Amino acid sequence: MSGMSRIVKTVTNVAFPIVMIYGLYVIAHGHLTPGGGFQGGAVVASGLAMLLVAYGSVWTMGKVKEKQLSVLESIGALGFISLAFLGILMVLLYSSFQGNFFNNFLINQDIIPIFNEIGRGLANINTAGVIPLMNFAVGLKVIAGLFAIVLVMAYATRLKGVKQK
Amino acid sequence: MIYNIPYIAVVALILIGLYAVIFKRNLIKIVIGITLIESGVNLFLITLAFREDSIAPIYRGSGSRIMDMSLPVPHALTLTSIVIGVAVLALMLSLIIHLYKHYNTLDASKIGREEE
Amino acid sequence: MNIIDDLILHSPALIVAIPLLGAFLTPLVSRINDKLRNIFVIFIVLFTSAIVLLLANDIYSLGGKIHTYVFGGSAAVTQGGFAIRILFEVDGLNIFMALIATILAIAGVIYSWSFMKENTGLDKYYTLYLLIIAGMFGMILTGDMFNFFVFLEITSIASCALIAFWTNKGKAIDAGFKYIVISSIGALFILFAIAILYGQYNALNMAVLADKIQFSFLDKIALAVLITGLAMKAGIVPMHMWLPDAYGRAPSSVTLILVGATQASLYGALRMIFTVYGGSLSNTLNQIGDVNIDLNLLLGIFIVALALVTIFIGVLMALKENNFKRMIAFAAVAEIGYMILAIGAALTTVFSATDTGTGVMALKGGLFHILNDALDVGLLFLVAGAIYYATKETSLNRLGGLARNMKYTTIFFLIGLLAVSGMPPMNGFASKLIIYESTYQVNPILSIIAILCSILLLAVFVKVFHSAFLGPKQSRFDEVKEVPKSMLLAMGIIACIIIFIGLFPNLVIDNIVQPAVNAITNNSNYISNVIGGI
Repeated sequence: MSGMSRIVKTVTNVAFPIVMIYGLYVIAHGHLTPGGGFQGGAVVASGLAMLLVAYGSVWTMGKVKEKQLSVLESIGALGFISLAFLGILMVLLYSSFQGNFFNNFLINQDIIPIFNEIGRGLANINTAGVIPLMNFAVGLKVIAGLFAIVLVMAYATRLKGVKQK
Repeated sequence: MIYNIPYIAVVALILIGLYAVIFKRNLIKIVIGITLIESGVNLFLITLAFREDSIAPIYRGSGSRIMDMSLPVPHALTLTSIVIGVAVLALMLSLIIHLYKHYNTLDASKIGREEE
Repeated sequence: MNIIDDLILHSPALIVAIPLLGAFLTPLVSRINDKLRNIFVIFIVLFTSAIVLLLANDIYSLGGKIHTYVFGGSAAVTQGGFAIRILFEVDGLNIFMALIATILAIAGVIYSWSFMKENTGLDKYYTLYLLIIAGMFGMILTGDMFNFFVFLEITSIASCALIAFWTNKGKAIDAGFKYIVISSIGALFILFAIAILYGQYNALNMAVLADKIQFSFLDKIALAVLITGLAMKAGIVPMHMWLPDAYGRAPSSVTLILVGATQASLYGALRMIFTVYGGSLSNTLNQIGDVNIDLNLLLGIFIVALALVTIFIGVLMALKENNFKRMIAFAAVAEIGYMILAIGAALTTVFSATDTGTGVMALKGGLFHILNDALDVGLLFLVAGAIYYATKETSLNRLGGLARNMKYTTIFFLIGLLAVSGMPPMNGFASKLIIYESTYQVNPILSIIAILCSILLLAVFVKVFHSAFLGPKQSRFDEVKEVPKSMLLAMGIIACIIIFIGLFPNLVIDNIVQPAVNAITNNSNYISNVIGGI
């Protein structure tokens, strides 16, 4: 698809950082307020789709290569599953542990004391254990995945022979 | 009686969705029918979480009223179902793009009928 | 505790998690080298099979042992009696289906080493293949209803993408589209039934639901919708339309793993009927004169009627087909009809008070036939793929005289032909004999129809064998060679297991099928392992 007029491009330039900050806020506060990995990732992907519509798919495909999105997506997925595996593997490092798969191994333990505050710092990000880290991993994967879907669909249906601005 | 209206809406959505999938021939209309059925089932799941005069299930430390919260489990179930619906929708639309490039028509009775 | 005990303790989670980890690592590994990726995928599948065999050894060592695994904690039930965590519960029936899935997965991955060698986009192929394997194992091992739905959707989305893999042919994409429409509607029906059950009893755990369920009116609606949804996924008439297209136009290694996914949905139907609804199935519905019409009798008769229609339509449509793979797909539909026939015949007698052992024998035949059918139909699909790889032809009108060039493939096809139509000394004979005997005692007409359709299947496949392999040599097949060694190895593994089960069926029935039947007819063990004391 070809891009839109200059007014649309200028408004998109102003609105895109605001949408991205809002999406990252929703991802980061997933353990307190409604939200989390998928919801925040969908918001950021909507902002990226707005960018795609305003500037045209040919221009965007020239700037973002599909291989980089695939690598980002794999990193997000690997982060999630290795955090799940660490629930079992912790027993190899510290023998006072016994946990199952997907265990939240960062709360109620004495080895790394920074994850242990409760009380005054109730809403801090380091008191929920493994959950905010998993939120970040899932958010990264959703952003990369949804943006790749929309980008490839827009690029595959472009009209040939139309002059791209 | 007023608390039964969501259930009536659920049954109506599912029946309209099934009608669209069975009787329509345009491929896009079949996809819209599947989305309608999925919306109906999601509405059913989230209606099960209702309690009278309830507040949102967000924990605020010692000052939150736990006994007045609505049930949080159906919220999680509905969210998972929405995510699965997005993935299925993306897959179906990609297949329709391929089909249009191959056959140049969106009519479901004209595709897939060529000789070996 | 040494490493083997740790592996067995965490094994239900590892069986699902290791193919998932492999699927996420495959795009990164394939940027390095192609051969390294193939070896990596085969290593992951072999490692998973080793863990499955360890778990099977642990469960079969003590009769009636159930292995429970809770995710993210140590107790499944809190003090108030609320079940709060997702758990995997492995008993005799689960491990039986997991063994079938393991054999199909190993054969499929070894076969696709050389079958898919000239295609591009292979890193996505292997990623989706490992995702189907992870989803299939998750469906089989889980003990939680919503978890079953999630794994069912993972399997169906990944397999739809693989059915439409050859995107240069329009018919393959059309088959994929039909598959995802019917599969998605079936899964939404299953979710609707799960939501009804959750709204009534506030429980998503299968064991807690089995304990609390009373057979009210809403439960009957939930049972009907649930069986409809699962029958759509398993390919029972009248919702079998996607099966010939999807099995016939996909690559052959994908068809092999699709057979496994279809059997897993059939396992889901068994688990719902016998374990979750088990205690309430012998309720009395009506009383005509002094004959009680129980619910299980009604359900059994309905399932038997559906099974007879399935067998008929499968065999009759296979008689008129010209395409090689579509004909085998219709035979697969008929074989699913045999399984449903045995289960329906078992339902009519196994819960009533006047049971004389017929129900247990019918269940044994049905479960044994699941194992045999997966192997037989899988071998036939692999042979069809081998012929397509060598000659690039799929229509039976243009094949002929291939037995001189492809000796091993002919022998494998002969083994598959004898096994599917129930001839001794292959494994199809043993399971079909048990089905004939047990359905004869319910009603003689069922047994006669089943034997007739089996003979018709033999006629269909002898026609295929004659026209494709025997006959005079054709000149355009002069330079057709034997297929590469990895495809022969995959076909050989399945053929050896078929002959082994055919020669020693007693070993297999006593050690593998009997614990599954014990687990299915008595669900109090299943419940008491989670709640602890009924």
